[in-house]
Amino acid sequence: MKIISCIKQVPASSNVDVDPDTGVLIRDGNNVKMNPYDLYSLEASYAIQAKAKDAKTHAITMGPPSASEVLKEALFMGTDDASLISDRAFAGADVLATAYTLSQMIRYIGGYDVIVCGKQTTDGDTAQVGPEIAEFLGIPHVPYVKDIISVEHDALIVKSTYDDYEEIVKIKTPCLITIDKGGFVPRLPSYKRKMSFKNNKIPMVSLKDLPDQNPDHYGLNGSPTQVEEIFPPSNDMDTVTINQTPEKTADTLIDILKERRYV
Amino acid sequence: MAYIKVNQSKVDQKIADKLQDLCPFGAFDYEDAYLSINAACKVCKICVTKGPNGVCEFIEDDRPRIDKSKYKGIAVYIEHHDNKAHPVSWELIGKAQELAKTTKEEIQAILVGSNVEHIAKEALTYGVDRVFVYDKPLYHDFNVETYTHAVEHAFKTFKSNIILMGGTPLGRSFAPRVAARLKTGLTADCTMLDIKPDGDLLQIRPAFGGNIMAKIHTPNHRPQLATIRYKMFDKPEKTEPNGKIIHVDTADISTQTNLELIEILRQPKVDDISDAEVIIAVGRAFKKKEDLALIEPLRKQLNAEVACTRPLIENGWFDPRKQIGLSGRTVKPKLIINLGISGAVQFIEGMKDSECIISINSDDDNKLFELSHYAIKGDIYDILPHLNDRLESILKGAS
Ligand SMILES: Cc1cc2nc3c(=O)[nH]c(=O)nc-3n(C[C@H](O)[C@H](O)[C@H](O)COP(=O)(O)OP(=O)(O)OC[C@H]3O[C@@H](n4cnc5c(N)ncnc54)[C@H](O)[C@@H]3O)c2cc1C
Ligand SMILES: Cc1cc2nc3c(=O)[nH]c(=O)nc-3n(C[C@H](O)[C@H](O)[C@H](O)COP(=O)(O)OP(=O)(O)OC[C@H]3O[C@@H](n4cnc5c(N)ncnc54)[C@H](O)[C@@H]3O)c2cc1C
Repeated sequence: MKIISCIKQVPASSNVDVDPDTGVLIRDGNNVKMNPYDLYSLEASYAIQAKAKDAKTHAITMGPPSASEVLKEALFMGTDDASLISDRAFAGADVLATAYTLSQMIRYIGGYDVIVCGKQTTDGDTAQVGPEIAEFLGIPHVPYVKDIISVEHDALIVKSTYDDYEEIVKIKTPCLITIDKGGFVPRLPSYKRKMSFKNNKIPMVSLKDLPDQNPDHYGLNGSPTQVEEIFPPSNDMDTVTINQTPEKTADTLIDILKERRYV
Repeated sequence: MAYIKVNQSKVDQKIADKLQDLCPFGAFDYEDAYLSINAACKVCKICVTKGPNGVCEFIEDDRPRIDKSKYKGIAVYIEHHDNKAHPVSWELIGKAQELAKTTKEEIQAILVGSNVEHIAKEALTYGVDRVFVYDKPLYHDFNVETYTHAVEHAFKTFKSNIILMGGTPLGRSFAPRVAARLKTGLTADCTMLDIKPDGDLLQIRPAFGGNIMAKIHTPNHRPQLATIRYKMFDKPEKTEPNGKIIHVDTADISTQTNLELIEILRQPKVDDISDAEVIIAVGRAFKKKEDLALIEPLRKQLNAEVACTRPLIENGWFDPRKQIGLSGRTVKPKLIINLGISGAVQFIEGMKDSECIISINSDDDNKLFELSHYAIKGDIYDILPHLNDRLESILKGAS
């Protein structure tokens, strides 16, 4: 069985501001990390591996060459194989183009049984990439998986969590699942693995390796959505400010509540 | 092909540094006196609009444009559970009507299910012009594959300009499947929508956990697909039904699926904060779980639901369904009282449309104050005991 995990590098902090005059994004630091949900999904891939016979795990990411850091982290945690997909032609990809590129990468690797994605990222935050990859590959998907109940020879049985209900679903392989937090506790990278992978170079795949090499299907050109503008969240509001002793504040609060007939 | 062109003749080390500082995505590499753009580029065009003059240039797409006049109508996908429509569907119909004022488009609803005639009729009472009903036993339970086949059919048959879907957990898994099937764009979790006279939808959504807003459009693809969270828009008034129900022949629609629902497990119902009229929201100012007892008298008096910020979920003090915010619930109560909450954008996004906002915080400099109708400076540990005394004496006085 082959399990492919899609992981993404995201800014370490989502504390960004927009300069109100220039409209420029101000990030606090240029630090990056693995998308937290992808840590859960890597752990889920190991859970499937443990339940299957002779399973191999393979992590992939689409991003600039520096994004291979998250692949190394996956290797250190326990993933068997890793590859980066990177090409200037992928720049400006929206969800559709990102998912298409990843689906092409998965076809390029081939022979897969289960694709594992995080539920969402902490930057783009759309939660759309997983289901779109599944559609491009023509395979079923189950979102928000919190438990792998069993691994059969041609299917998985998983538990998936919605707002106020859960579903137990049998999904035929090949398939894709997205992982919610709460079900899997990510392990720490192992020192031993770190040492043994120290000199490993992560292989890089680019457009010319993919089955579909038409640049119109990738990056900005393959992206139906376009970000027209980025701006800070706004607000305009009349605020009554109250700064009194605690006793008086309590009285004032009672008055406000009385006025609104709550008291 | 559209792309950003770098005019190398104008680039030197200083210009390269400037652009590297400007680019929020770290997409510029400068090596051997050559400035290149790497795969991290999001084509936000900030280098074109705010960068050094004439260095970066946006080359427009010269591929053929679609004929937009072929696509008409604003459709809402009606999500339903247990024979009842999810209220977000009606909210979206209200929004669709607002948008249609500009473009004079028809309001459409897409309904897939088994024995759902009553939901189709209900849709008409909200002013839908045409409901496209895909009704057969196969559609009894939601199945992302069979339902995608149905919605694909609906688009190919009725050629809607826009399809709106609820950003519910189900919608967030279903909409991307539909988008990839129709090879079109999808904007996630919009908080605002607007429309241009030519039918182009302006989709505004928070990103980076709500720290910034992005205005997104889908200039050359149809349908324009967007998901919108529950409670972002108001439910429309009911009107005299005037529309038509169209029963679509489903015989030729694929029933192929590789998913089998084994069981649905209902979780014990926690009071849903999404529908609460009055909410007391608590934040990290509470030092211990026991201290939450301080809000009990107020909660009883107001008959309020108690909700919280994310750190309190992470502490395990509350059920995750009590979390307000981007990664929690959106609430829109008549009254919300925030106790010791700093007002991270992620929190604010989930409650900013509340009718009356009262916030107590010991720190003037918190982001919730400017958003509050009443900004009360003070320590909750000082104020709440006094408030509880007052409430007690009022209760005594009343009895
Ligand atoms: C401000 C802003 C707003 C945006 N809004 C939209 C929008 O509404 N619609 C739209 O189509 N695009 C949008 N984009 C572009 C979008 O963020 C990117 O296309 C991104 O690639 C989509 O991924 P996400 O971060 O939302 O991923 P999600 O869908 O949230 O990610 C889910 C999972 O998919 C996998 N995954 C995602 N990206 C990768 C990757 N690069 N490599 C490997 N695995 C991956 C991971 O398993 C991840 O856990 C926006 C971009 C910005 C900057
Ligand atoms: C991707 C992402 C998604 C997120 N989603 C959410 C979300 O959905 N919902 C959410 O809530 N958060 C979310 N967060 C977390 C969010 O960024 C904040 O960390 C969180 O909201 C802060 O919670 P808080 O206000 O309770 O705590 P703090 O920020 O620690 O604020 C505590 C406040 O209490 C005040 N205070 C302290 N003591 C007292 C006292 N005795 N009396 C009065 N005031 C006092 C302080 O002045 C301070 O303003 C998300 C973060 C990320 C990265």
